[in-house]
Amino acid sequence: MPSEVAPAAEISITPAISTLSCANRWDHILARWRVNRSGHRISPGLYALGKPGADSPIFISANYTLSFDALRSSLAGIDAYILVLNTYGVNVWCAAGKGTFGTEELVERIETSELAKVVRHRSVIVPQLGAPGVAAHEVKKQSGFSVEYGPVRAADLPEYLKTHKATPEMRRVRFGLLDRLVLTPVELVGYLLYILIAAAVLYFWGGLSAGLMVILAIAGGAVLFPILLPWLPTRDFSTKGFFLGGVLTLAVVLMNVLWLEADASPWHKVLGGVSYMLIWPAVVAFIALNFTGSTTFTSRSGVRREIYSYVRIMAISFIAGILLNIVVIFIK
Amino acid sequence: MFNSYKANTLQYNPELCIGCEKCWTVCPHEVFAPNNGKARVINSEACMECGACQVNCPTKAIKVESGTGCAAAMMKAALKGSKDVSCG
Repeated sequence: MPSEVAPAAEISITPAISTLSCANRWDHILARWRVNRSGHRISPGLYALGKPGADSPIFISANYTLSFDALRSSLAGIDAYILVLNTYGVNVWCAAGKGTFGTEELVERIETSELAKVVRHRSVIVPQLGAPGVAAHEVKKQSGFSVEYGPVRAADLPEYLKTHKATPEMRRVRFGLLDRLVLTPVELVGYLLYILIAAAVLYFWGGLSAGLMVILAIAGGAVLFPILLPWLPTRDFSTKGFFLGGVLTLAVVLMNVLWLEADASPWHKVLGGVSYMLIWPAVVAFIALNFTGSTTFTSRSGVRREIYSYVRIMAISFIAGILLNIVVIFIK
Repeated sequence: MFNSYKANTLQYNPELCIGCEKCWTVCPHEVFAPNNGKARVINSEACMECGACQVNCPTKAIKVESGTGCAAAMMKAALKGSKDVSCG
């Protein structure tokens, strides 16, 4: 439909399309592997998807490529405006928590992009996860535009737009296997340097099994832990981590005792095993605790309680294990 | 045992509620349910303290100490003695 309220010439609207190019997909892969972490940005401002008119919906997004691209690729065949806020290259939910995706920025962008001249209606669709930063009633009061909270996932938008009502299922944030899986490269890359240094040092200190143990422990914490999260026993991340670390360490200890160090004295085997069980489950538990920030459900109160309950135990266990391991070196 | 997430800082005063259903709309964990013109807390333990309900409640009927439940950021902030809890 041709628009009846023609946008004034000075209003800058950037054209956008709903299809993702190879360059876009490559950018997503880099972002998932933590390359140039805060550099996946687009310019904030108003975008036109398809041929929007004065009655077309306005979607609000963040200037993080993964956020913006998830939105536009979900809107194939829909004519709409997208107003991109400046969140400094951070996704909608995290930016809402910080307040950069927030009431102030939204009201200002509505004004500077002269939305009131571009469309006839007075409503914007904000992603539900933007709500921690946006006070809908304040936006209405300050800009005249009412805020409509769309679904959590952009993929649900075509269904949502039929009735402008989100089902309870659309309103719930999930953390399924795929959601957890896509986070593992970022976790792994974050620990990569530590893995390489620790594995090299421990290889010379304790041989093949020590080098293998460090890789298993850190990769276990960074990759296996997120994947196995719902199936590991207990609710706390630390205790889940101790459990997973215990299982992984036990496997290496058994391999040592039965095979790699089968000729060693019983004392060497027992104390070596105990030192491993003190060091490595604590390391995995610490990595597991740090995964709380990547999940979609941990409260600050709970995480604080975990830190107070377990970090001291992890540190004591780790240091005791290292000391014991030094002693073990001298027992053949 | 081994559940640090049972209690949180969510507080709701039904007397101030005007039944706008915003809390129910913005909550990603179905903590609230609409209930004949007044919101009802149906799953307090699921609250992750994101603060969306508090920010969007026009009558300040909801209070929650919102913040990011991220151990890495919290420990980093504690070590640096800074109050800014955020990603690196």
